[in-house]
Amino acid sequence: MLAYYLRLGLRSLRRNPVLTGLMIMAIGFGVAASMTTFAVFRAVSGNPIPWKSGQLFVPQIDGFGPVGRDADDNGEPPDALNYQDTMALMRAHLAPRQTALYPVAISVVPDDATKQPFSVSGYAVTSDFFGMFEMPFQYGNGWSANEDDKRASTVVISNKLNQKLFEGANSVGRNIVLDNRDYRIVGVAKSWDPRPRYYDVVNTSGFGDAPDFFMPFSRAIDLQMDTDGNNNCNKSPGGGWDAWLQSTCVWLTVWAELPDAAVVQKYRSYLDGYADDQRRAGRYNWAPNNRLRNVMEWLDHQHVVPQETKVSLLVALGFLVVCLVNTIGLLLAKFMRRSQEIGVRRALGASRREIYAQFLAEAAMVGVAGGVLGLLLTAGGVFGIGLVFEPEIAQLAHVDFSLIGLTLLVSIGATVIAAFYPTWRAAQVQPAWQLKSN
Amino acid sequence: MHIKPILAAMRRHRAGTVLIALQIALTLAVVCNALFIIQQRLAHLSESTGIDEANLFVIHNQWATASSAQQFDAQIQADVAVLRQLPAVRDASPFNSYPLRGGGWDDFITLAPEQIKPTTDAAVYLGDEHAIDTLGLKLVAGRNFRSDEVGRIGLRQDVLPPVVIVTRELADRLYPDGSALGKPLYAMNPAPSTIIGIVDRLQRQSVSSWDKAYAYQSLLWPLREADPQGVFYIVRAKPGQLATAMREAPKALYAQSRMRIIDPKDGELSFAQIRARAYDSDRGMAILMGIISAVLLAITAAGIVGLTSFWVGQRRKQIGIRRALGATRHDILSYFLTENLLIGVIGVAIGAVLAIGINLWMVTQFEMARLSLAYVLIGVIVLLLLGQGAVLAPAVRASNVPPVEATRSV
Repeated sequence: MLAYYLRLGLRSLRRNPVLTGLMIMAIGFGVAASMTTFAVFRAVSGNPIPWKSGQLFVPQIDGFGPVGRDADDNGEPPDALNYQDTMALMRAHLAPRQTALYPVAISVVPDDATKQPFSVSGYAVTSDFFGMFEMPFQYGNGWSANEDDKRASTVVISNKLNQKLFEGANSVGRNIVLDNRDYRIVGVAKSWDPRPRYYDVVNTSGFGDAPDFFMPFSRAIDLQMDTDGNNNCNKSPGGGWDAWLQSTCVWLTVWAELPDAAVVQKYRSYLDGYADDQRRAGRYNWAPNNRLRNVMEWLDHQHVVPQETKVSLLVALGFLVVCLVNTIGLLLAKFMRRSQEIGVRRALGASRREIYAQFLAEAAMVGVAGGVLGLLLTAGGVFGIGLVFEPEIAQLAHVDFSLIGLTLLVSIGATVIAAFYPTWRAAQVQPAWQLKSN
Repeated sequence: MHIKPILAAMRRHRAGTVLIALQIALTLAVVCNALFIIQQRLAHLSESTGIDEANLFVIHNQWATASSAQQFDAQIQADVAVLRQLPAVRDASPFNSYPLRGGGWDDFITLAPEQIKPTTDAAVYLGDEHAIDTLGLKLVAGRNFRSDEVGRIGLRQDVLPPVVIVTRELADRLYPDGSALGKPLYAMNPAPSTIIGIVDRLQRQSVSSWDKAYAYQSLLWPLREADPQGVFYIVRAKPGQLATAMREAPKALYAQSRMRIIDPKDGELSFAQIRARAYDSDRGMAILMGIISAVLLAITAAGIVGLTSFWVGQRRKQIGIRRALGATRHDILSYFLTENLLIGVIGVAIGAVLAIGINLWMVTQFEMARLSLAYVLIGVIVLLLLGQGAVLAPAVRASNVPPVEATRSV
């Protein structure tokens, strides 16, 4: 019977090619606009480490106080930590694994004098970084906590930098010269660049180029390596490196891996106790104002998903709704035009149920055709998305199996929902009335 | 024109009427907001920087070796001397940053050293005595820096120059009576900096929404940034010689010293490139909203054509009867136009409320301004005209139905 309905539907659709084309286009465009913007939204709003995003936390301590802040930040403490608070958290070591980090940039001078020097950017981190964020290694490993304490000149490099400097060979144990100083390579990372780069969304948009190297935090501080990211001060830090370290200028991020609720609770109360101590010591003269956010809360707080992405998804969804209303109207016109045919079928014994089946089958065919058109337009849209969104974000959007499936599902689902009212109206046709009028 | 029979007919086509009205309403709501977004973005990206963009380019010069502030400073002076001698170059100056860079140094400004609540905020630019000529700024009061006033600032050093040049916007914010020249300002430091010059206009490094409250409030200190982070050389080419200057400048710098890094990808950017990068997302939003609006209007028009054509086909017999009873073609034509107008008016009325509602919700969710009513009005007119235009062809076809149709039985 279904095959018969499909044949009937096809015939009916072919009878008004313009109307049919219009419906297919409306569905196609509506679905394509929604799916293209959704592909971008999905790319930027995903969870970069779903299996442990609930266990990785960023502590924030208010080192600015109510006076040093803007009026429009809703009493939120600064996004980063100052050096004193960072070191206090690191020394307390309440988390099984923890790291402090900040971005650094270094220059590399190739031995070959014909080659021009180039700069590399990376992070100063502690040894726990690699385990916490599950960075995969191609060769070697991270460094040990012992090397943190010894303030060792070790470095982990990306496989891209390894390719550039050593043609991809195992360079573990070799030395490289960064900013006139020797560093021993202990590990080469596999390509690893979680999107968004959740461990540092304060200094990046979350979608920049992947880091080239990681070096011990303690060593970077010894070498007075300035941050390559943001530094915010609520008052003048005074002159010199040491004064900066003593100041309340914020430029560091701490991450703590807290495996269960009890540890989280302990960490929270430690933060409050610490801030209270600071108040008593006269360093901060305001009530504790701390935060402890896990990965997804942190990404949300940092507005990692650009506004443009959200607004365009919403507008595209509105567009889809208009396309659906349009399709409802056109299907209604199409179906009601065939009242007589329905009347005859009903009079000859077709049940309402069969009318439903016939017209929904016809609508589903429009949905499939619209879906195919939508799929083509979505592919074109994702391809051309670079025109509309920033390149770093546009390149993240891609067509994959789930997007194809979703596109087809949405278009068929949308069309069948749109067809429901016109079909119901068609099924309500009174056979006697139709037959009489002729 | 009798409205009553039209209303009676509409009652018989309730579903179709509601659907067209709904579609017009939703289209109006989406298009109004999309057009408004386009206008906002275009206005944002046409804000001027106040500098001679057409002839400017920026070289991000990083250092390949660690050295002292004195050494960096000497190298910077040698570099700008080389750049200024290039035949295609009018002037060059070292800077810490430039407008549209996206962020950088800014300081709270107070009018007294002990003041706690800042008066305002200023973007901080560091440059030498060539800075004003290099950027092409117009000095509207006071004087430029003298070369003996230009100092250097090393990594994390606290250097406060005794003199400062500010933009007119900053001067007016600090001293609204126009007496800023010769007066001090305090930048998170107990020592004052005296305003010796006022320039017409110099945009901040960032054009984010946070900066809006401080738009065009910038200051310029006579300093060379001599730290390991590197320096920006801003070069002003002679008119028409930008391409030549951009080709020669890095070569000349490398010839001066190899121990530097100018990233091959984006170490050297013309200001046109900088502008394009800074406004990437704004331009993209405008394009996307434009495409969506255009397609949406087309689909709505096509929908109206489709549904009205159906109605005309359905009512051929009635039309024939009316024509046989003496209705002119014009009567039939205006019947359909009026019918569409009535539906359209209902649609835009709902749509206007919806558009404003959506906008109010978006204002709470995103950094967005209130929708100006002019956009709703424009949208209303566009949609009513669109509806009338779309209905025209089916209506003409209806008016062509011959009176003899009344006598046919089917």
